[in-house]
Amino acid sequence: MQAALFYIFSALTLLCALLVVINPFSRNPVTSAMFLVLTIASLAGIFILLQAFFLAAVQVLVYAGAVMVLFLFVIMLLDLKDEERRRIRTFGVVTGLISVGAIAAIFARTFLASGLRISPPAISQAGATQPLGELLFSRYLLPFEIVSVLLLVAMVGAILLSKRELE
Amino acid sequence: MTQVPLEHVLFVSAGLFLLGLLGVIVRRNLLIIYMSLELMLNAANLALVAFSRYANDLNGQVMVFFIITVAAAEVAVGLALIVALYRKRQTAHVEDLTTMRS
Repeated sequence: MQAALFYIFSALTLLCALLVVINPFSRNPVTSAMFLVLTIASLAGIFILLQAFFLAAVQVLVYAGAVMVLFLFVIMLLDLKDEERRRIRTFGVVTGLISVGAIAAIFARTFLASGLRISPPAISQAGATQPLGELLFSRYLLPFEIVSVLLLVAMVGAILLSKRELE
Repeated sequence: MTQVPLEHVLFVSAGLFLLGLLGVIVRRNLLIIYMSLELMLNAANLALVAFSRYANDLNGQVMVFFIITVAAAEVAVGLALIVALYRKRQTAHVEDLTTMRS
């Protein structure tokens, strides 16, 4: 049952990610953003199947909530009407496919050479949210505080950048 | 998840990463390039969560937590940059930004 759910969510994730990048029906950024929301939601499903409940919740709240709303605000703000009549250049597609193929070959070689055939161990940390919190506030306390400073800096930077010309 | 081997999860992660890379190279709209970057970050997150589950070690999940936080900060600053750029040049297309090509 869980394995079937995993494969369903995986297929959904990859399909929606493909539609974010190459959508044959619409070149509108709003469509891409909506498919990115779907990708993130199905990724959260995979996280739940991997017993990462807290991260699944954070994924939905932060990515599908905050980040995508920000994206949609900017898309509406910029009003990108001329996107649809621009053509994708063949040269760009060819170079893109070549580099993606090269990296895919490296991935495939690594997968084949590693011989990973691990099935998951029995769950020792059921839920795992409480141990995660304890780890976050004991061993990773300093990185946690630094990240909060980083968020403050990002907020100040975003406000500064989006102000009118500072004279 | 009792039957799914680790490499299948890693395969999904690799596919997601490759799709993001393809988007960054092929698409010409700054916003869609940004969304593809998010796809690549999410692929890394998926790999970390999978390793964390299969090694029964929570440190990987803490790393994913930090990645999500940094990605949120990055999106805020990046989108502010795109808005500032649009205000100055009236475009969000990388083909129109050729000032440094000389």
